[in-house]
Amino acid sequence: MATTRTVKLRVNGVAYEHTVEARKTLVDFLREDVGLTGTNVGCEHGVCGACTILMNGEAVRSCIMLAAQADGAELMTVEGLAKSTGELHPIQESFRDKHGLQCGFCTPGFLMTTYELLSKHPDADEEKIKEWLSGHLCRCTGYQDILESVKLAASRLRNR
Amino acid sequence: MKPPKFDYYDPRSLDEALALLDRHSDDAKVLAGGQSLMPLLNMRLARPSIVVDINQIEELNYVRASDGDIAIGAIARQRALQTEKLIAERVPILREGAYYIAHPQIRSRGTICGSIAHADPAAELPALALALDAEMILTSAKAARTVGAKAFFQSFFTTALKANEILTEVRFPAPPKDSAWSVLEISRRHGDFAIAGIIAGLVLESNREVIAHARLVYFGVGATPIRVTAAEEALIGQAASESAFEAAAQSAKQGIDPTSDIHATEEYRRALAATLTKRALRAALQKLGKN
Repeated sequence: MATTRTVKLRVNGVAYEHTVEARKTLVDFLREDVGLTGTNVGCEHGVCGACTILMNGEAVRSCIMLAAQADGAELMTVEGLAKSTGELHPIQESFRDKHGLQCGFCTPGFLMTTYELLSKHPDADEEKIKEWLSGHLCRCTGYQDILESVKLAASRLRNR
Repeated sequence: MKPPKFDYYDPRSLDEALALLDRHSDDAKVLAGGQSLMPLLNMRLARPSIVVDINQIEELNYVRASDGDIAIGAIARQRALQTEKLIAERVPILREGAYYIAHPQIRSRGTICGSIAHADPAAELPALALALDAEMILTSAKAARTVGAKAFFQSFFTTALKANEILTEVRFPAPPKDSAWSVLEISRRHGDFAIAGIIAGLVLESNREVIAHARLVYFGVGATPIRVTAAEEALIGQAASESAFEAAAQSAKQGIDPTSDIHATEEYRRALAATLTKRALRAALQKLGKN
């Protein structure tokens, strides 16, 4: 029995270990304990997609997972995209070039889903892209520019 | 909001998990993929004093063939429906249905058994379980029992599962080789819960004209997934034609039990069920190589 847990995991290649309440969600763990605030907390019930990160390479909602459940996992957050020199990842560049964001709140989630999508389906067509992006809400862009951003990112990654 | 305080256990074996549930059944909740329970905890609609996380129980992580059935363990993820070759070969309709289940970001965590145990009447997996005559294996510290889908789904979010039991496995029989299946649903956005949905199965007589068997199961239109046998009977013995499909559609409209809510009115759901009946039957017929 325990209401607290020691969680050891890796985020963007760096190891972390913190003892937290068992009820703590993974997104709060990332923001408050690890100190990476790029991942946003939106709806807190898995609908909006703002908190999406990669766990062992798969996109998951970090607001509806406990930090304790990620013990031993390899996580990737939006902070893991750009190089340490500050050079943006092609996905980020494409979102910038195609105006795939306005307020930016939903963007970290969109970027992480796009990362998994294009890693697994580099030739994703529009229907496939829409299916994956449907797990994210954006209240600013109307989605068209996001779709264009992902298409551009796909072609840049293919031609890299 | 954030979850209320609870004692957290993540046992490594099924026996350990079952012993915990036996001891604390009324205060405990089983946490599998968490895609339904975690939102309920965050919103404090669920306040268990004990959470038994079964994700570390590797013996429950499988999709395998078993006597012609597909046996799926309690922590197999919904993404497995799209990636397991066995499912594509033996029960391809499960793969098609998975397309409608929420989003890839949810299916990576959400479990097949968890969705069935949660029993949301608008969800795809409970309806697929009913349509395909799936059997649920409910295991407690003392015994295991097998319950068919019809007896398993009792009402909104209510099943035959007792508080000291875990749905350890769902078994999907491979449907007859000469059957064709179709799954369709209408929702405002892809991945939302269905306003109305259908799973239709069709078998033709050897003359390839007359309908020998039909299966029609609806979701989002009642307290549980609903099989409408009257609509099936409207098809059996009839030529596979638009007029038979129309008769089934009209029968289905009456055989379901929808309510009005913020997403749709009862009347609209009945109309959708009728339209989906025809579309799904046409799609199934097409798969049988007929147009």
